[in-house]
Amino acid sequence: MNDSLRKLQDKINYEKTFACVQCGYCLPACPTYETMKKETHSPRGRINLVKQFAEGKLDINVLQDPIDKCLGCNACTVVCPSDVEYNKILEGAKQVLEEQQPKTKKQKIAEKLLFEDIFPSRKWMKRVGDLTWFYQASGLKKFAEKTGLAKVAPLSLDQFSQVLPNLPSPSERRRRLHRIPAKGKSRIKVGFFTGCIMDSIFFEINQKTIDLLTLAGAEVVIPEMQTCCGALHAHTGKIGHSRLLAKKNIEAFEAESVDYIINNAGGCGARLIEYEELFDDDPEWRERAKTFSNKTRDISEILVELDRLTFTQPIAGPVTYQASCHMLNVQKVVNAPLKLIKEIPNIDYREMEGADRCCGSAGIYNIVNFEDSMKILDNKMIHMKETQAKIIVTTNPGCLLQMKLGIKRENLASTVRALHLVELLHEARPVQK
Amino acid sequence: MENDWLRELEQIVAPPRLMTSLADRHSYSYDASFGSYLPEAVIQVMCTKEVSEVIKLANRHQIPVYPRGQGTSLSGGPLPVKGGIVLDFSQWDQKLEIYPDDLVAVVSPGVLTAAINQAAEKYGLMYPPDPSSGHVATIGGNLGENAGGPRGLKYGVTKDYVIGLEVVTPEGHIIRTGGRTIKNVTGYDLTKLIVGSEGTLGVITEATLRLIPKPPARKTMMAVFADLPTSGTAISKVLRSGILPAKIELMDQASIRAVEQFQPMGLPIDAAAILLIELDGHPKAIQEEMEKTNHILTELGAKETIVAQTEEEAERLWKARKLVSPAIAKIKPTKISEDATVPRSKIPEMIQRLNQIKEKYQIHLVVFGHAGDGNLHPNILCDKRDKEEMIRVEQAIAEIFAAAIDLGGTLSGEHGIGTMKAPFLEQELGPLGVMMMKRLKKAWDPNNILNPGKIFPEPGISKLVLRDE
Ligand SMILES: Cc1cc2nc3c(=O)[nH]c(=O)nc-3n(C[C@H](O)[C@H](O)[C@H](O)COP(=O)(O)OP(=O)(O)OC[C@H]3O[C@@H](n4cnc5c(N)ncnc54)[C@H](O)[C@@H]3O)c2cc1C
Ligand code: SF4
Ligand code: SF4
Repeated sequence: MNDSLRKLQDKINYEKTFACVQCGYCLPACPTYETMKKETHSPRGRINLVKQFAEGKLDINVLQDPIDKCLGCNACTVVCPSDVEYNKILEGAKQVLEEQQPKTKKQKIAEKLLFEDIFPSRKWMKRVGDLTWFYQASGLKKFAEKTGLAKVAPLSLDQFSQVLPNLPSPSERRRRLHRIPAKGKSRIKVGFFTGCIMDSIFFEINQKTIDLLTLAGAEVVIPEMQTCCGALHAHTGKIGHSRLLAKKNIEAFEAESVDYIINNAGGCGARLIEYEELFDDDPEWRERAKTFSNKTRDISEILVELDRLTFTQPIAGPVTYQASCHMLNVQKVVNAPLKLIKEIPNIDYREMEGADRCCGSAGIYNIVNFEDSMKILDNKMIHMKETQAKIIVTTNPGCLLQMKLGIKRENLASTVRALHLVELLHEARPVQK
Repeated sequence: MENDWLRELEQIVAPPRLMTSLADRHSYSYDASFGSYLPEAVIQVMCTKEVSEVIKLANRHQIPVYPRGQGTSLSGGPLPVKGGIVLDFSQWDQKLEIYPDDLVAVVSPGVLTAAINQAAEKYGLMYPPDPSSGHVATIGGNLGENAGGPRGLKYGVTKDYVIGLEVVTPEGHIIRTGGRTIKNVTGYDLTKLIVGSEGTLGVITEATLRLIPKPPARKTMMAVFADLPTSGTAISKVLRSGILPAKIELMDQASIRAVEQFQPMGLPIDAAAILLIELDGHPKAIQEEMEKTNHILTELGAKETIVAQTEEEAERLWKARKLVSPAIAKIKPTKISEDATVPRSKIPEMIQRLNQIKEKYQIHLVVFGHAGDGNLHPNILCDKRDKEEMIRVEQAIAEIFAAAIDLGGTLSGEHGIGTMKAPFLEQELGPLGVMMMKRLKKAWDPNNILNPGKIFPEPGISKLVLRDE
C-alpha cells in the first residue's frame, strides 16, 4: 500500500469501518434511509462507501452526496449492536472531503461568511442588535442569488425568517450581568455556556435559563471570553477550526472555578462533552478538555439534580417532546427533560411516535439540504399531529426553529406552539421548594 | 450493446427507482456475509407486473437478476456475483393484511417480519417464526432462506407458515402456488419448493401466511451447568418428559464470559454452559410445567436454576442471550456465524467436536444457539486482514461442516447455502442429490437468469475462500 493511501486511511478512520458487520440493524433507525429510500443513504451504505474509498476503489466524488446528506444525528450508533463509531467515520469522511474536494470560489465565500463571520459568536454578536442573524442570512441569500451560488446550494432562508421570534433590543442584551447571584442560599456555582444562536435569536430563553438556575440555588457566571462551541465546524470537516474554538472555551471557563458548565442547546452540549477527543495527540490539552467536559451538563440535568423547584401553574393542552438527537444520542440525556415536564401540575404529556428520531434540522442541514430536510420534517409533523399536542417541547435551538417551521407548514400556527423546555418550565411558574 | 438493455429497463422502471450511479451500485454490492460484487443496475420494484417485465427483459438479453430483501443474509444470498441487475424488494412493503377469521396474513415481499407479528398481535394472533434479525429482514428474504429462530423448537420455521405464494418464474410468468387453506394436496407442493430456494427458482411477489392464536402466557428460566455434556443431556431429558418449551437456548463458557465482559450482569462465569428455557401456553399449565422442568434439571445436576418471577426478570435473562453476538464481536473484528445443525441427541458430541476443532486450528470459536432444535451457532472471531489466520479459519469451517454431516446433521439450519456453503453441497447431498437439484433448476430457469452463482458450487471451486484475491 502506498503512503498517501495509508495517510488517508488514518484520517478517515478506516480502521473503524471494520467494526461494521453489515448486519443492517441500523437501517430502520436512520431518518434519511426512511425518506430517501435507498441503501446509499443509510448508515451501512455510507460506511461501505467510506471503506471502498479508503481502499482506493472509489473516487471521492462518489462519496460526496451520501456524506453530505447524512444528518449526523447518531441514531445509528445507538442501535448498532457492534458499537460502530459511525460519528468518527463520518467526521473523518467530512474532513477528507473538505480537504480534497475542489471548491468553487462561490462556495468558499459562502463558507467563510457562515463559519468565520457568523458562527464564531463573539465577533458576530458584537454586531447583533439591529443586525440579526437573519439579516445576515438573507444577505447571504441575496449574495447567493447574485453570484449564482443558489444553484449550488439552494438556501431557503426566507422560509426560516418567517418563524423567528422578536429579537431583544441591543440595550437589553448589553444590560445582562455576567455574574448573577443565586436567589436565597447559594448551593453551587455554575458557568453558563450561552451558545451563538441561543444568545441571539433566542436570547429570551437564555434569560429564562438564568432565572431557573438562580431560583434553583445556583450562582451563575457567564465568562465573557467564551465563543462558539465549534459543532458546526466539526460537522462540516473543519476540525482545525473546531479545535481553536474548543481551546478558547476551555480557557474561558477555567478562569472561573465553577462546579458545572451549563448549556441549554443539545447540539452545543454534545460538542462540549466531546472536546477531549479533539486533542488525541496533545496530552496537556486533552487533560484540560477532559476536566471541561466532565463539568458539562444540560440545563435539564442540573435542574433535576438540584431538585429545588416546584411548578405552580398548570399548562393547558397536550404536550409532546421532540428530543434533540445530539442530546439523546451523544450526551445520552434521555429522562431529565421528561421528568421535568411531568412535574408540571396536570400536565397531559403524550409521547409521539418516533420522538427519538431526528427532526431534520441537524445543524445547517435544513439550510443546505432544504428539500431533504422538509421530507423528514413532514414525517415528524404527521406523528406530532397524531398526539393532538398543543405544545411541542424541544431542547435545542435548531430543533426549535425546525418545529416552528413545521407548525407553519402545517398551518397550525394559531393552535400549536413550539417551546424550548426552559420556556415551558418558566411558564409553569416555578417556586423554590 | 450494454446500454441497450438499460434503456429498455428504463421503460419499465424509471429513476429514482432505477439506479445506475456508482454510489448506488456499490450500496447494493454486499450483504451481511463476505465479499462485494458490483451490479450494473439496481431496480426497486413495486408491483408484480414490473417484476415480470424486468425478468422477461433479462431473459431476452441474458442478464443475471439478483433478488434482494434487506441484505442481511449471512450466506451470500443476494450478492450479485455475476453483475447484472439487483432487484430490490425492501421498499415494497405496502401490503400487510390480516384476516383474523381465516387466521391468515397476506403480505407484499418487502414487509418486515417483525411487522407481521405486530399486526397479528392486534387480533390476539401470532406469526411464530422469529429470526433475531426479524426487525430488519424482509419476509421475502425470510422465504428465500426459510429463516427460523428460537421459537422454531416448538413452532417450526418460515416454511411451516406459508400456505400460498404469488411467484414470478425465471421466465417472467406469473403463477400462484398453494392457496388460502391449511390443507391442500393439489399437485406438487410448489410453495414449499420455492420457500428456501434462495431466489434461484422464482421471485416471490406476495405471500399468504398462516397465523396461530397467541399463547396467553409465558415463563422463562435459566439453568447453569458445570459441564457441557450435562446441559446436552438436560435438553433431551426435558423434551422426553412430555414438555415442549417454546425455546431452549444455549450459551457456552466463552459466550458467557464475553457477555460479562461486555456488559456485566452477574452471569456465572465459571459455568461451562447456561440453558435459557421459555415455556408458553395457559398460565396454569406452564406453572406446572415449569416446576417439572426445574425438578428435572436440578435432579440432573444443574448447578443452579433461576425461574424468572416477573416479565422484567425474564427480559433480563433473555438480554444475556441477545448480547452474545455484540459481545463476541468485540473479541475480533470479523465474525463468521455458522449454523450447522445436528440431531438433538448429538448436541453434546457436536460441542465436543467443535472444541477439538478450536484447539486444532487455534481459533476463537464461541458456541451458542438454538440448542433445543439442534441448531447451534458456532461463531468464529477472526480478522479478515490476517491472511494466515483466515486460512486456518477456512480449514476449521470445512471441518465443522464435515463434523455436522458426519453426525447426521446438515450444513445449514437457517442461514442458507448461498456462496458461503456452496463448495460443501455435494458432501451432504452426494453427486446424485446435487444432480437432481440442478435438473430442477434447469427446468425452472433454462437461461440461468435468476440468482446464478448460488447454492451450486462454481466449476473448479471445491473449498471456501474468505480472503480477497
Ligand atoms: C445479526 C443477524 C442475525 C440473524 N439472525 C437470524 C436468525 O435468527 N435466523 C435466521 O434464519 N436468519 C438470521 N439471519 C440471516 C438473515 O437475516 C435471514 O436470512 C433473512 O431471512 C434475510 O432477509 P433479507 O430481507 O435481508 O433478505 P436478503 O438477505 O436480501 O436475501 C436473502 C435471500 O432471499 C432471496 N430473496 C429476497 N427477497 C426475495 C423475493 N422477494 N423472492 C425470492 N427471493 C428473495 C435473495 O435472493 C437471497 O437469496 C441473521 C442475520 C443477521 C445479520
Ligand atoms: S453500522 Fe452497526 S448496525 Fe449498521 S450495519 Fe454496521 S454493524 Fe450493523
Ligand atoms: S447519523 Fe443519522 S442520518 Fe446519518 S447515517 Fe446515522 S442515522 Fe442516518
